[in-house]
Amino acid sequence: MNGISDEEVKHIAKLSAIGLSEKEMSSMKKHLSAVLDYFKTLDKVDVSGVSPTAHILSAVNVLREDTPRESMPTDELMKTAPDSDGSSYTVPRVVE
Amino acid sequence: MYIPTIGCEVHCELKTKTKLFCSCKNEFGGEPNTHCCPVCSGFPGVLPSLNEMAVEYAVKAGLALHSTINKFSKWDRKNYFYPDLPKAWQTSQYDLPLCVGGYVEFMLDGKLKRVRLNRIHLEEDAGKLVHDGGVSRVDYNRCGVPLIEIVTEPDMHSAEEVVAFLTELKSVLKYTGISDVKMQEGSLRCDVNLSVAEEGAPLGTRTETKNLNSFRAVARSVLYETRRQIDEITSGGKIVQETRRFDDNKGVGYAMRSKEDAHDYRYFPEPDLLPVVFTDKKLEKIASSIPELKAARISRYMGEFSLPEYDARVLTADKEVSDLFDETVSLGVDPKKASNFIMSEVLRLAKSDGSEEVELKISSKTLAGILKLLHSDEINNLGAKSLLAALWGTEADPRSKAEEMGLLQSNDEGEIKAIFDSVIAANKKQAEDFISGNDKLRGYFVGQVMRAAGGKANPKIINALLDKLKAGI
Amino acid sequence: MDIIDMTLCELSAALKTKKVSSLEATKACLKRIEQTKELNNFITVCEDEAIEAAKRADEAIASNGEYSPLLGVPVAVKDNIVTKNVRTTCASKILENFVPPYDATVVKKLKSAGAVLIGKTNMDEFAMGSTNEFSAFGAAHNAVDFTRVAGGSSGGSASAVAAKQAFGALGSDTGGSIRQPAAYNGAVGFKPTYSAVSRYGLVAFASSLDQIGPITRSVDDALELSKVIFGKDIHDSTSADVLLPDKLSGEVKGRVIGVADEFLNGLGEKETAAFNGAVKALEKMGAVVKRVSISSFNAALAVYYVLSSAEASSNLARFDGVKYGRRAESYTDISDLYERTRTEFLGDEVKRRIMIGNYVLSSGYYDAYYIKASKARTVIKREYDEALSKCDALLCPTAPSAAPKIGEETDPAKAYLSDIYTVPVNIAGLPAVSVPFGSDGKMPLGVQVIAKACSDGVVLDIAKALERARG
Repeated sequence: MNGISDEEVKHIAKLSAIGLSEKEMSSMKKHLSAVLDYFKTLDKVDVSGVSPTAHILSAVNVLREDTPRESMPTDELMKTAPDSDGSSYTVPRVVE
Repeated sequence: MYIPTIGCEVHCELKTKTKLFCSCKNEFGGEPNTHCCPVCSGFPGVLPSLNEMAVEYAVKAGLALHSTINKFSKWDRKNYFYPDLPKAWQTSQYDLPLCVGGYVEFMLDGKLKRVRLNRIHLEEDAGKLVHDGGVSRVDYNRCGVPLIEIVTEPDMHSAEEVVAFLTELKSVLKYTGISDVKMQEGSLRCDVNLSVAEEGAPLGTRTETKNLNSFRAVARSVLYETRRQIDEITSGGKIVQETRRFDDNKGVGYAMRSKEDAHDYRYFPEPDLLPVVFTDKKLEKIASSIPELKAARISRYMGEFSLPEYDARVLTADKEVSDLFDETVSLGVDPKKASNFIMSEVLRLAKSDGSEEVELKISSKTLAGILKLLHSDEINNLGAKSLLAALWGTEADPRSKAEEMGLLQSNDEGEIKAIFDSVIAANKKQAEDFISGNDKLRGYFVGQVMRAAGGKANPKIINALLDKLKAGI
Repeated sequence: MDIIDMTLCELSAALKTKKVSSLEATKACLKRIEQTKELNNFITVCEDEAIEAAKRADEAIASNGEYSPLLGVPVAVKDNIVTKNVRTTCASKILENFVPPYDATVVKKLKSAGAVLIGKTNMDEFAMGSTNEFSAFGAAHNAVDFTRVAGGSSGGSASAVAAKQAFGALGSDTGGSIRQPAAYNGAVGFKPTYSAVSRYGLVAFASSLDQIGPITRSVDDALELSKVIFGKDIHDSTSADVLLPDKLSGEVKGRVIGVADEFLNGLGEKETAAFNGAVKALEKMGAVVKRVSISSFNAALAVYYVLSSAEASSNLARFDGVKYGRRAESYTDISDLYERTRTEFLGDEVKRRIMIGNYVLSSGYYDAYYIKASKARTVIKREYDEALSKCDALLCPTAPSAAPKIGEETDPAKAYLSDIYTVPVNIAGLPAVSVPFGSDGKMPLGVQVIAKACSDGVVLDIAKALERARG
């Protein structure tokens, strides 16, 4: 099966924010096709009448009290930023 | 004849003490990134922990808006890239929201209108971008603030209906005590979905105008978008399903470039959070913690205080006004009199700056003080009005202030009679006309006596003296 | 006995009785790391911090205060577990300069137990891989045979423990990433029940499958490390208190051990022989072996790749060049910044998985892949639970074969097959331990013990019996 089109690979790359050169495009397409083909083994499991696993644990209602705690000092957070003005992360101007 | 069909998505920030998934303060404003931690800033390795109060508040909203509370609800990730979203997904609820259904009812043009709700779900707010020259500065203080999204059915067909719906919704939410619902601070925001079609025809393609933050902007954007779509269609064009913005300053809308490809959100269940499950007992407990809502207050005012329905509705339109009324009455002021004064004088001052928000700058104690002076005839109506204006925004004692302003009036009948007699003596012709039936002169005499008394005579006494004069007593 | 030849438990006893100091043990590890640095097991060695911590531990031991078995013990931590002020890269270029402002819960627990953090270990980038060859810092090498892979994704941790560079290490296991490299290097690798160890501070790959656990030289060592890192954490809603025994008996008399036919289909001759040896050893010690069937076994790998890639595509979207890590040098606008940063600094395998994940979640394919896999997960979990209701534990090989040569496997889709025995355990959220047993003639092989959720003590006990039988 080669069920994935160039357009789909491009669309998925865009959703992933990943750029692909033409060469990478074709090897990615090949890989995705092979993997999707492999995913056909899913069809061998009889899932009729089965619910998806909503959560692997059966626990529910894990909640936290609404009590404030100290936040982290701004400079400690900003230390890791590739670009900041010391109090805000900076990015190229976003056009809405 | 094209008519618009409109549905809203209203975002309302909950006033919990902490954010939805971490213990950072939920507080409006503040220096950028000062209410932040690795969790709400989306650092690698962090995990969310759900705020129980946010869940309770969302359920309260659902109960107050007649929704059904889902006994089992879960969390999902809505994935997209945007700098105000540090994890690159918003934790929200997709197929099993906390609340489903419900409605908002309000009076418009004398008719009862009902707008149905589709759902209410709980989610986290995004951060804020401040655009500055060539850069945008990213502030995550608001990031992770709990938000309920109230989604209506497409039940509205005019700007007036949308504004009336929002007004009522805002009022109900205020009563539940779960939010400040301040549009100017962004704690209440509205997205408007709008399509136009000829009457009876199937619905047209809709657009979504995002993040409207005043009633005025909502109304103007509805009118603008309706006009735009009709023009587009009648000139042979087609409506494109898109996300739009409305610039309230310029009065124009435009398509958002950044949202072009954002429609494939790839929702899937959030593995880091466990489902929320309610028992009937828990729901009853939350229901019993909801304060008295608007409808209950209206019927209480009509029943207990015998106020007309119109008055009861005006008083309860805003929770703070209604609270002021209740407290003033509890301080011993006659309900009917308190109601009249609040509806006429207090509301006039509270809305004087032309804003959409009612701003009360008077305490019930001060108001009760003014009304007691008025009703014991120590000041007159005019005096009460100027006293209210003088005390607005202060904590001063009403009596001292009235004294200082010279508003305390005389109730000394002998003294007033003397002035009255001298006024009659000076206006013999008019007095005769009055006695012989020209009642229009009553005001003239009251005014003359008042002036001679330096404005401090009780008008009731003057009127009584005029009555006696007429009756020849 | 040379310090570095001791197990963690032996060192702990020697420290307690002051036969050895933590500084000596720490220096011995650092020396060993230096001598065998071509193994490439560490991305960051915390030399100064380790020596400081060792001195503090020695002071604590000298003052005879409260004694913790990990006090003064040098341990390594996989580089996807965040450490405050110590670079945490996830073996990715995108985080090569990332110094976290906070400690993972497990790191906090290790520190408060007095353990000495010796360094951050190599791994496949973001834990995606089975050989460690997908590390942006070069592959870690196998401790037994330098020309072979260390396994993945916790290859650095497993090789470091086996090469005696540390007395124990933490790894993370999403589909076998603790157990498989442990087997490849002849070490013990324990993946606890999902929820037993807080994931707070573990850089997420696939949140519903990820679990932190120990890699050690003995099963008792695994228990001691587990005692420290186990427990419910308010920062991880999915964490819970799972009980551990105080000591392991290593007794298996009367234990019912299940072996599924599906486990042996297609297994090589030497591998089958080694596995049968483990089965016989258990029988000899009084265990009862029972045949069971897990018909969904062969679908588990597909379920795993759909679900783990889907979660990964979302978990790794935060690496966008805005808040931390690397950012591309030049860009025209915000979307360009995202794309260039991710294109330049994420590795090929990570990109492939993100692409697969976004594909199976995208509109039109969600039901066919994600939902179907999620339903199949329910079936697999049910089948494992059912099999485990008839026996105390399941036994299977840890991997189909021993560690391959570096560079041997070039088809990424085929490389996935090495996880076939380990992924069902993550899918079902169960505890499992890989313990060395037998060899293919050259390289060690591992056998895997799987038990019901929260029966972590059972898997360790059976593993100890196998360790004993191996001698």
